[in-house]
Amino acid sequence: MIRFILKGIINDRSRSLLPVIVVSIGVLLTVVMFCWIRGIMGESVRMNANFTTGHLKVMTRAYQKDAEQMPNDLSIIGVNDQLKRLRNVYPGLDWVKRIRFGGLIDFPDSVGETRAQGPVIGWGMDLLSPNSNESIRFNLAESLVKGRLPVKQGDALISDLFASKFHIKPGDSFTLLGTTMDGGMAFKNLVVSGTIRFGSSSLDKGAIIADISDIQLALEMNDAAGEILGFFETGNYDNDQAVADACSFNNQFKGAEDEYSPVMVSLRDQSGMAEFIDYVNSIGSVMIIVFMVAMSIVLWNAGLLAGLRRYNEFGIRLAMGEDKGHIYRTLIYEAFLIGAIGSVLGTALGMGISWYLQTIGINISGFMKNSSLLMPSVARAAITSAAWYIGFIPGLFSMVLGNALSGIGIYKRQTAQLFKDLEA
Amino acid sequence: MKYLIFFGLGISIMGFNFPDGGLILTKVDQNMSSRTRIFESSMTINGKRNSRTIGSKTMSEGTKKSFTEYLYPASEKGTKMLKLKNQLWIYSQSTDRIIQISGNMLRQSVMGSDLSYEDMMDDRKLTEIYSAKVTGEEKIGDRNTFIVELTAKVEDVAYFSQKVWVDQERYIPLREELFAKSGQLLKRVEFKEVQKIQGRWFPTVIQYKDVLKDGNGTEFKMSSVKFNEDIPDYIFTKAALKQ
Repeated sequence: MIRFILKGIINDRSRSLLPVIVVSIGVLLTVVMFCWIRGIMGESVRMNANFTTGHLKVMTRAYQKDAEQMPNDLSIIGVNDQLKRLRNVYPGLDWVKRIRFGGLIDFPDSVGETRAQGPVIGWGMDLLSPNSNESIRFNLAESLVKGRLPVKQGDALISDLFASKFHIKPGDSFTLLGTTMDGGMAFKNLVVSGTIRFGSSSLDKGAIIADISDIQLALEMNDAAGEILGFFETGNYDNDQAVADACSFNNQFKGAEDEYSPVMVSLRDQSGMAEFIDYVNSIGSVMIIVFMVAMSIVLWNAGLLAGLRRYNEFGIRLAMGEDKGHIYRTLIYEAFLIGAIGSVLGTALGMGISWYLQTIGINISGFMKNSSLLMPSVARAAITSAAWYIGFIPGLFSMVLGNALSGIGIYKRQTAQLFKDLEA
Repeated sequence: MKYLIFFGLGISIMGFNFPDGGLILTKVDQNMSSRTRIFESSMTINGKRNSRTIGSKTMSEGTKKSFTEYLYPASEKGTKMLKLKNQLWIYSQSTDRIIQISGNMLRQSVMGSDLSYEDMMDDRKLTEIYSAKVTGEEKIGDRNTFIVELTAKVEDVAYFSQKVWVDQERYIPLREELFAKSGQLLKRVEFKEVQKIQGRWFPTVIQYKDVLKDGNGTEFKMSSVKFNEDIPDYIFTKAALKQ
C-alpha cells in the first residue's frame, strides 16, 4: 500500500506538490534557524576557546593548578615531540603551542633612555607558519588599526590604546622585559609591526602578541611552551568527543606522581566553562524550542487544512464502500510520506544554507563600527549532529498530527452528510 | 599590702632588665651599616623545578647608592643594576638598553628569587624607619637573642612591621619576620655564618623565604666583604652601566 500511495504522491503532483513545498520550507527554516542560533550563541564559547581554553588543552599538572598565574616555570618541556604525538593520535584537531606571559615593554627615546613603559599581558603563538590558523582565531587582520601583521621574527603587535597614549607607531622598537622559565630576567628587543584593538579594556591598556619563536627566545623556553591547545577542525566544540579524547590521553598517565606529567582538559572542564556553556545552551535551546513550536503549529495547520479539503474525496470513497479505517490509514501514510519527503528536502536545503553560513558567514562589520579581537565581524552558523534530525520534528510529526486530527472527521461523518458533501 | 608592693616592684625590675629597643636598633645599625660596602656574593634560588646560582659583585655607598654587576651564569653575565636614591636602572647586554624600573615593578622578584627589588633597594638604617620595643628573649642555636618588635614610623616602607631576633652579645639580627600592614607574614629571613670582619660582626649567609611562594627560598652567600673602602664616583652613574 505504501508503494501505491507513494506512486500517487509522485504522479499526482497537483495534490502533493504544495504540501511538500510547505513542509520543505518549514523544515528548511527550522534547520537554518537551529544552526544559526547555535552558531551565534556558541560564538562566546568560541571566543573563549580561541583565546584561552581551546577545545582541548594540554599542560603540566603543576601548570594546571595555577594556570591563571601563567607559571611558565612549570611549562611543558619537549613540546615539539608532544605536538607530534598529539597530531598523530588525535588527527581531527588542529594542535598549536602557546605561551602566555606577563611583563613590561619599554620604548627608548633618541638616547636610549625610557620614553614609555608599561606592564603588558602577552601571547606567544605561531603567526609565521603558512598553514597556521592562529591569526584567524584571534581575528587579527580585522582588528588591525595601524601597520601590518607580523611577517618575520622580531615583529610584534601591541594594543592600539597603549600605542596612542605614548605616541608609538609601527616601526618603533622596544624592549620586552619578563621572567625566563628559570626565573631569570628576560630582555628582548622587538619592533612594533602594527597595533590592534582588543575590545577589552584590560587588554587595550597593555597587551602584546608576538610569534612564539620570539617569546621562546626571550623567555629561554627552548622547546617548551606553557600550553598546547587543540581545536576541532569543524571549528565547533564537540563535548562528547573532547571528553573522550581527554579521557584516553589522561589514562596514559594515570597514577603518575610526576607533577610535570601532561594532562589534557576539555573546554567544558576548564574553570567556569561548564556553567557558562550550560547557560549558553539553555538560552539557545529556549529560542530553538519557541521557534520549533511556532513552526510545528504552522505545519500542523497545513496538515489539518489538507485533510479538511479532502472530505469530498473521503465521501466518494466511503460511498464506494471503502472502510473508514482504511481511508484514515491511507491519510496518515500519505501525510507521513509527504512529511518525510518534505523533511528530507528541507533538511538537505537547510544544511546547505547552514554550511554556507558556517563556512563563509555573514559580514556584520557594517553594523559594528569598530571590529576587534573580541567582537568578530563575521557571524557564523554552527552545524551540529542534532541539525540532521531537528527538522523532522515539525516536518514529520506536525504534518502527521495535523492530518490525523482532520481525519477524525471521517469517523464522524454520516452517509447522508457525505452525499451532501458530494453535491456540494 | 607589703607583698603587693614587692610584687609590683618585682614586675618593674623585670621590665627594666630588657634594654631599650631603640638602643638595640642603633647597635644593630652600627654593625650592619657602613659608609661603603663592597662584596661578592652568590645567590642560590631554589625554584620549583630546579635550583640556580647567580654570582654578582656589589658596591654600595651609604643607603642611597648601589651598583651591582652579575658575573655568572652566562645568561645573566653582563647585566648590571644601578640604584640611586629611590630609582633603579637595569642594563641588559643582550639588548644594550638601560631600563628604569619603578612603581609596582619594584615589588617583583629579582631573578625569580624570594627577594624583591624593593628588598634590595631599601638599605636605610632601621632606626630611620622603625620604632622598636623589646618584647622578650629566645635562644636560637646557641645564641641568646632579644625579640624586638619594630613598627614603621614612616609611610614609604616595604614592610609595615618586623619582628627581629637580635643576638644579645653581637647585636646583629639572627632572624627576621616581615609583615604587611594587615599583619600578614610576608617573608622570613635567617642570618647565618656570622663572622667578624674589620672589627664588626656580620652575617655572611642570609636565607630568604617568601612565605606566599612555593619553593625552598633563596640563599644569599657573601664570599668577600669589605667595609669603608673608597669607591670612585663614576661607578654610581648610568654611564658605568654600559661599560
